[in-house]
Amino acid sequence: MKCQQCEKQAVFHITELETGAVREVHLCEDHARAYLNQTEAAEATDSSAEGGPLGVGQTAEDLAALDQKACDMCGITFFEFRNQGRLGCPHDYVQFAKELEPLIANIHGATEHTGRRPSRAADPAAGEGTEELTRVIGLRREMKDAIGCEDYEKARENRDAIRAIEDRWITPARLEGPPGSAPTA
Amino acid sequence: MKLDTLTQSIGEWLRGTGPESDIVMSSRVRLARNVAQFPFVSRASEADRADVERFLRERIASVPVGRSLDSIDVGRLEEIDRQFLVERQLISREHADAQGARSVAIDQLEQVSLMINEEDHLRIQCMHSGLDLRGVWEQIKVVDEQIEKVVPYAFHPRFGYLTACPTNVGTGIRVSVMLHLPALVITRQIDKVFRSLHKISLAVRGLYGEGSQAMGDFYQISNQTTLGKSEEQLVEQVGDVVPVLIDYERRAREFLVRETEQNVHDQVSRAYGILRTAQTISAEETMQLLSRVRMGVLLGLIGDVKIADINSLLVRTQPAHLQKIRGVELDTKDRNIERARYLRQHFEAGGAGGAASVN
Repeated sequence: MKCQQCEKQAVFHITELETGAVREVHLCEDHARAYLNQTEAAEATDSSAEGGPLGVGQTAEDLAALDQKACDMCGITFFEFRNQGRLGCPHDYVQFAKELEPLIANIHGATEHTGRRPSRAADPAAGEGTEELTRVIGLRREMKDAIGCEDYEKARENRDAIRAIEDRWITPARLEGPPGSAPTA
Repeated sequence: MKLDTLTQSIGEWLRGTGPESDIVMSSRVRLARNVAQFPFVSRASEADRADVERFLRERIASVPVGRSLDSIDVGRLEEIDRQFLVERQLISREHADAQGARSVAIDQLEQVSLMINEEDHLRIQCMHSGLDLRGVWEQIKVVDEQIEKVVPYAFHPRFGYLTACPTNVGTGIRVSVMLHLPALVITRQIDKVFRSLHKISLAVRGLYGEGSQAMGDFYQISNQTTLGKSEEQLVEQVGDVVPVLIDYERRAREFLVRETEQNVHDQVSRAYGILRTAQTISAEETMQLLSRVRMGVLLGLIGDVKIADINSLLVRTQPAHLQKIRGVELDTKDRNIERARYLRQHFEAGGAGGAASVN
């Protein structure tokens, strides 16, 4: 069988399923590579925010302003998220809650989690632990900057703040269990 | 764990046992989890990734998850060994191709696999042979509960478990079954089936998950949404549709035998013939032919081959497995020759031999 785009022998026989119908594509190696890269890129944006309804009646200016909005902890901008389709840290769900909500509603047809909850989060502090711990991400970033500027005083403060949060919210690793074995390769 | 010892076995998903295993190859559940105090993987620095990997590996090793686990440093593996783990469905293609610190912990039975630093910090996967979604869910729940005791998962009171991609947020669960549907393909009913699955928000994928093509009439059916329904409801959503699909496939097989027995018998016998005599053969063609022979055996048209053998060949004729079994790296052309030789040897040694073995 010949490639659908040139005279070479077709070596890739691709069955597309996700478009709602089944479609067969037969391509040579070069064209298959181009084709697959293109569909991968399309899939990546499919699952990203791009094209998702970010709210009705938003102007280009609104969108531009929104794109500049950055997470206080990991520093990712909404624009970066829209491009990659991947969020930067757990705090993004708090920082961009308003923007993400219509997107989440669009993907899942719901915005409320009704499944299991971590048992340690059964108490009212449910999300609080995560909120507190995500501050570590911002503090670590600041600490790195402080070291870069040789502001060791500030770096030390941040380090202590990180320790305080971690001590409070992370259960010490258990001692009775087997020690963490080094991975083999 | 020495990867080479794995070449002796065929792994859980191809064991070919369990309920409805003539059509349902395997049942799988995976949970996406992240650690609250680290950026998600795509935003994490090299140092962050190494910290996440160590934090999770050490903490997971400190709790009983019901199985003894071996940790494999995926970042330090050769390409062929990573591919080998992908072929066994112990890691994803994405995890194999990623950069930086990452590992996988697996149990001896290859039912449990914990991928660290895939798209999310932790991907927990449990897999059983045949149709056993309930059993898989019960098992993965225990693993998740144990890990949760020592790992502060990123959780939001309203959005649930937080994931790098909003498509997984909430339960973080993907429930899937891998089905072998050759008769629906032959009778051209498969498109119709897929269209109706899409309507009830179930996804259909090929053998190796996202973006992979449908090979050898194997399809994965899974839930599309992860938020708004409980884990049990999502397990049920997928579980409820499986008996219907099994019924369709069985009826299509019966139809083929009743209406076109000669044709089907001819097709599966030719497939069997090629597998036993070819001098060079690609992985794709092998899978396609094995799929047809598998159906032929189940329909009683081919007598001397065991389903377990076909399942074993399905994984052992794949590129990385073939090379590991032969102990040498081979290019595509040589692999095709070696694959054909492997198949010929297998059928000569295993079956009754000769053309008489086709009923």
